[in-house]
Amino acid sequence: MSRTTIIRFLSIVTFLVLVSFAGNATKEKKFDVTETIMHHIGDAHEWHLWGEGHSGTSIYLPVIIYDKELKIFSSSHFYHGRIMPVVDSLKPTEYLLGEGDAKGYALFHEKIYKVKDGALQFHGLHPHNAMPMDISITKNVLSLFIGAFILLLVMLSTSLYYKKNGAVAPKGIAKFIEPLIVYVRDEIVKPNIHGAKHTRYIGFITTVFFFILVNNLLGMIPVFPGGANLTGNISVTLFLAVCTLLVTVFSGNKNYWKHIFATPGVPWALLPIMIPIELVGIFTKPFALMIRLFANMTAGHIIVLSLISIIFINKSEAWGLLSVPMALFISVLEILVAFLQAYLFASLSALFIGAAVEEDHH
Amino acid sequence: MNLVTPSYGLLFWTGITFCLLLLVLAKFVWKPVLNAVNARSQKIDEALLEAEKARQEMKSLHAENERILKEARAERDAILKEAKEAGAKMIEEARDKSKVEGAKLIEAAKAAIGSERNAAIADMKAQIASFSVDIAEAIVKESLASDEKQKALASKMVEDIKLN
Amino acid sequence: MAVFGSVAAIGAGLAVLGAGMGIGRIGGSAVEGIARNPEASGKIQTAMIIAAALIEGVALFGVVVGMLGANG
Repeated sequence: MSRTTIIRFLSIVTFLVLVSFAGNATKEKKFDVTETIMHHIGDAHEWHLWGEGHSGTSIYLPVIIYDKELKIFSSSHFYHGRIMPVVDSLKPTEYLLGEGDAKGYALFHEKIYKVKDGALQFHGLHPHNAMPMDISITKNVLSLFIGAFILLLVMLSTSLYYKKNGAVAPKGIAKFIEPLIVYVRDEIVKPNIHGAKHTRYIGFITTVFFFILVNNLLGMIPVFPGGANLTGNISVTLFLAVCTLLVTVFSGNKNYWKHIFATPGVPWALLPIMIPIELVGIFTKPFALMIRLFANMTAGHIIVLSLISIIFINKSEAWGLLSVPMALFISVLEILVAFLQAYLFASLSALFIGAAVEEDHH
Repeated sequence: MNLVTPSYGLLFWTGITFCLLLLVLAKFVWKPVLNAVNARSQKIDEALLEAEKARQEMKSLHAENERILKEARAERDAILKEAKEAGAKMIEEARDKSKVEGAKLIEAAKAAIGSERNAAIADMKAQIASFSVDIAEAIVKESLASDEKQKALASKMVEDIKLN
Repeated sequence: MAVFGSVAAIGAGLAVLGAGMGIGRIGGSAVEGIARNPEASGKIQTAMIIAAALIEGVALFGVVVGMLGANG
């Protein structure tokens, strides 16, 4: 893609964002930046396309809950359900009471609660009703599937190329993907995990890298197939970090555990202090990974949305002249960050695993 | 707070999707692709090695050719030299031989000439002697035709003898 | 909420301050290192990015705690 094509594409994308927000602003309700942004970076049971409220256009995603039995129904039963007010002196809000198949459940801040006596019982701003186990296909889950589908499509066609043509110089999509795969192996896995052992971890590290990269980039597309803040969701980063933690702990060799329980060069009297620190250290490393990816991606989305929101805060399209180029600039920066964060997650995972399988050479 | 609270649903689906992706990608993509890349790099290495080998071979072949050429040249030179020497020797020999022959021939000719001459001289001498006898006979016959002449001769001879 | 928000913003600001100083130092040292030894620029870059990421992680930790304060 040439540079002009990219610029044209990005400007169309920004324009679309502008249009989708413009729909929001027509309403007289006071524009709440925090809520709009939180709504956009959060998860939802619908994929909102354009418009507002009942007149808007959304993709209603299936709700799957386990409450003694498995129940599957469309989320439109919530979004087209009854709007119930929540009385609060500081910040009055509302929740949605399910109808039809969703009867007996209510949706408050995209969380499903069991209704008691026809309503939710609030304690301040928090309902203390029971929650069924919610494994719905939410916006983020659908985005996850789309990302996985794209990843599989791209990667399997790459792999198919080699199956068809054998070990020859790559062409087409393989020409684009192969250097990335080789880069991950040669620049991320090999320098961090020494020796022949690195082959065992190529699969994990490469999958993590591409999974994060594809979902990061997908999140930067403001219209339908993208835009979900998937890699900026703590659940996703938590899962990835737990994977790294498990791989690190289970591939840790004698040397690794020795460094934790009997750090060489530390007097034994200090061990009661050192051991807890080292044990905490096992968890803080993946924890930092989780927070880093989550906060970086969420922050990126927040900045872009905040810049676009300037227009609606000031209620003047003229601000678009300032905010749109700035949002464009940040979006381009975010594409860099998308690559950087994928690189960092994979690289640091490789570093931790590498430290765990390092042989003793004192 | 909502933002940093993991939701079980997404965790669940992420887990399933990621694990499936890991299995499928590791088995059907990373492995074959990296194998293909390795195979290719090995192929390239081998090809390079072979090319290097071929170049070395070419080089050695070239050297061999050069050597053979050199040898041939040297041989040719040697043969030429030998031939030249042989020719020179032959010429020399022939010259020597012809000289000797010539000398012999000359010698023989000389001898023949000498003997011929001797024979001729001897013959001439005999002829001259017979001529002289004839002449002398004629002269004697003439001079001794009268007594005075006989007496004059006898006196002259006596005179000659006296002078000697 | 309003008060919490302001305090959280100050906290986030402080976290950014510290991280900015740290990353600035890393960047400066890396550039110096590359200027002195241009052949090692690749290695220096990798080390720089990883170190910056670790600092950033701590800073983001502060930001997240700030967010918790803002939302809680």
